[in-house]
Amino acid sequence: MNYLELKGLSARIMRQNHPLLRSVSLALAPGEVRGLVGESGAGKSMIGKAVLGILPKAVELTGGEIWLDGQDLQRLSARDRRHRIGQSCALIPQDPLTALNPSRRIAPQITDRLVDILGWERARAVTRAEELLHEVRIEDPARVMRAYPHELSGGMRQRILIASAFAAEPKLIVADEPTTALDVTVQKQILKLIKDMQARHGTAILFVTHDLGVVSKVCNRLSVLYGGMVVEDNDIDSFFAGPRHPYSRALLAATPKYTDPGASLTPVPDSVIAGVRGEIEAFDQRQAHV
Amino acid sequence: MGRLLTTLITLLGVAVVVFVVIRVVPGNPIAMMLPPGATEADIARLNALYGFDKSIPQQFFIWLGGVVQGDFGTSITARQPVTGMVLGRLPATLELSVMALVMACVMGGAMALWGTRRRETKTEAAIDVANGMALSVPDFLWGLLLILGFGVLWPVFHISGRVTPSLELPFTTNFYLFESLIRLRFDLWADIVSHMFLPALALAIPLSAIIGQLLKQSLKETMHLDYVTLARTRGYGETHVILREALRNAILPTLTLVGVQFTFLIGGTVIIERLFSYEGLGNMAIEAVTNRDLPLIQGIVILFALIFTGVNLVVDLLYAVLNPRLRHG
Amino acid sequence: MADARMMVRRQAGARLWLSAFWLGLVALAALFAPLIAPHDPLAQDLFLGRMPPFWVAGAEPGYWLGTDSLGRDVLSRLIYGARIALTVALVAGAATCVLGAGLGLMAGYMRGWVDTVISRFIDIWMAFPPVLFSILLIAVMGPGLISIIIAIVIIDWTRFARVIRAEAMGQGAMDYVASARVAGRGRISTMLTEILPNVLPTIVVLLTLEMGIAVIIEAILSFVNLSIPTDDATWGGMISEGRVSIHQAWWVLVFPLIALFLTVLAFSQLGEGLKDRYDPVLR
Repeated sequence: MNYLELKGLSARIMRQNHPLLRSVSLALAPGEVRGLVGESGAGKSMIGKAVLGILPKAVELTGGEIWLDGQDLQRLSARDRRHRIGQSCALIPQDPLTALNPSRRIAPQITDRLVDILGWERARAVTRAEELLHEVRIEDPARVMRAYPHELSGGMRQRILIASAFAAEPKLIVADEPTTALDVTVQKQILKLIKDMQARHGTAILFVTHDLGVVSKVCNRLSVLYGGMVVEDNDIDSFFAGPRHPYSRALLAATPKYTDPGASLTPVPDSVIAGVRGEIEAFDQRQAHV
Repeated sequence: MGRLLTTLITLLGVAVVVFVVIRVVPGNPIAMMLPPGATEADIARLNALYGFDKSIPQQFFIWLGGVVQGDFGTSITARQPVTGMVLGRLPATLELSVMALVMACVMGGAMALWGTRRRETKTEAAIDVANGMALSVPDFLWGLLLILGFGVLWPVFHISGRVTPSLELPFTTNFYLFESLIRLRFDLWADIVSHMFLPALALAIPLSAIIGQLLKQSLKETMHLDYVTLARTRGYGETHVILREALRNAILPTLTLVGVQFTFLIGGTVIIERLFSYEGLGNMAIEAVTNRDLPLIQGIVILFALIFTGVNLVVDLLYAVLNPRLRHG
Repeated sequence: MADARMMVRRQAGARLWLSAFWLGLVALAALFAPLIAPHDPLAQDLFLGRMPPFWVAGAEPGYWLGTDSLGRDVLSRLIYGARIALTVALVAGAATCVLGAGLGLMAGYMRGWVDTVISRFIDIWMAFPPVLFSILLIAVMGPGLISIIIAIVIIDWTRFARVIRAEAMGQGAMDYVASARVAGRGRISTMLTEILPNVLPTIVVLLTLEMGIAVIIEAILSFVNLSIPTDDATWGGMISEGRVSIHQAWWVLVFPLIALFLTVLAFSQLGEGLKDRYDPVLR
């Protein structure tokens, strides 16, 4: 059984006929890591936000269902949905510099949820947080717990956020470009860390990224998005052996190889873009006639 | 240190300005307090007593020398040391100002939180309109409206004085509000609050609107930040997120402004005390001006300037304490 | 979202027009006071003391808003009071604006010792309680219209100077000013032709707000009996008298209070409206 399933999810900017997601369907089995790939504006982050219920106020869902652990989230009251997400899902955000509250110490930012939402004892939550910080290879967890965010480096803060995401033993984590804002050297460590943590805890991850290189390292499956539409849904091995959709193929060709980072990049050709735009138009017209 | 020095220069400047302005007075204050049959010698003796026979710079330095030792001279009308008179009235004004500040923070804070909770709805628009009104109309007019409303149409509060005159007061200090609480005399406390409520409210309304507007704006900005979004994914509701994640960070810019605005509020006590016949410094100041009581006026103005600059210093300190980045950096 | 923005804009427009309408009304009343006022504002009639307004039983015909304790017609005093209120608003507002904005421009554009001196004065002024300061000045200069106007200018010039100084400083750092200087223009000429037009919207907004403040200060000074020789009709003086007889004759307080309230509100809403519409800096 799938842990997360999106069925024909559509979204648009409030009261404007500007679709952000066009009937997106995808499934995520327990423990599976799915990459969501596309250019900026393709709607990949929007999917993660829709799942977690943190869409911007100006965006509305216009159709489709989000099933989490056999339950249609839209059927729940706002409060129940929030609780359910808080209990079973977590977010690893993009920018570690802005994702920690500058005026609060680290400890409560990790333990709050364990105490308030999961109902743990405060002492147990603190022990757990320290364990997790240790697990993400932070040297002196007790000191870091007492620190304010501005006293820590960017890589350190991202480790904390990863620890915080795994602390509640969620079944699903949305990782929203978790390495984009970091230095290249730190990126690799963080990526490896996420992968290790995922393997150890068996968490399903929705991994939002624009970098196919990252996908090849972390994910089991991927969805390629363009214009809010899934153009390809494939498993990693067959995708890298040969993408099915022309746009995916062009995207793959446009990604630098780790083995040969100096090789010149081939931008996505206009003809391919025209082709995928045509598909979107055809889709919109079908929608208009329904 | 540099901050302290500029503060001192400012205070000195205030002293000079007041001194010069008052010395331009055409009428001779001594002449007014003399009986009709006074001789030239009487006038000269009084002039010497109050130092008016010396040149203005001389008078200034004599006065300044006294001020440094806490001696503000002698009031002409009351014939008492100014320092004692002024310090006797100071508690009344301080209590009124602080009460007004607390009311403004509570009202403005509530408006800001409520408006943020219901942002981009009709409720927020209504709050904005109310804030705009409260801001455009100064404390003097609010005071009059409150007198009309709660003093006459629906008389539930006292509209003049600080305490009902017939009451027996067991106080040793002039901090009536504070001391009545300490002594557990809740009957007296209620009477004092009932006198203070309307003047404090009149002072608080414009400030509460400023606090409400600014705090709401920074709260709304904070609500878009990543750590707030992250808190939402952890299962927290809107109210909790506003109170625990956003409020502390949004409060800092408001705090600096509240400091400056609090000095305006204290300045407003002058007319508000007059309006409500509240026996504080402001009321005394207006009497001193009408009586041309030069030493008393000087003392009061300097005291106000001291309070103003003191408030600004305190706000700077508070800001440093509340902002962890300054505290540890 | 778009709807909400439209709503806000329409509201702002209505605010602007309502304010302008009320101020226009007050201006007309002030201009044509002798023609409109039903009675001489100073005429006393001790047999007609404290008559209530027309809709209350016992009202005297012809005295629409009642009379005060000396039997003077409240409506006529209100109309004549508009003259003093508007005169103070316009003259004191403009004079404050010229002095304050002028000093602010100089400080912000010339910098150096000019800025140091002016800023030091602003600091000193900020440490004065303004109401007390104005009362003190009036006591020194003696009551009268001229004294009030001078007092307002002396107290409030910093309001302009602070804002305009900061803005002139920002403008002065911009490239177009440097290029005007390179082209060989003098400092004063650059200040007046390059900087002034750019801070003009801000000045207009501040001026509108200042007029409302001037009206209030005049009322406060009349209230403490320091403004105009007591007989003349001023809103503040009427309020002062109304405050005393509030339990016997509420109308003596209520009508001037309403007039003052609306006028102050109108000036400030006009300022806010102009700010929203024309001034990207203050917004």
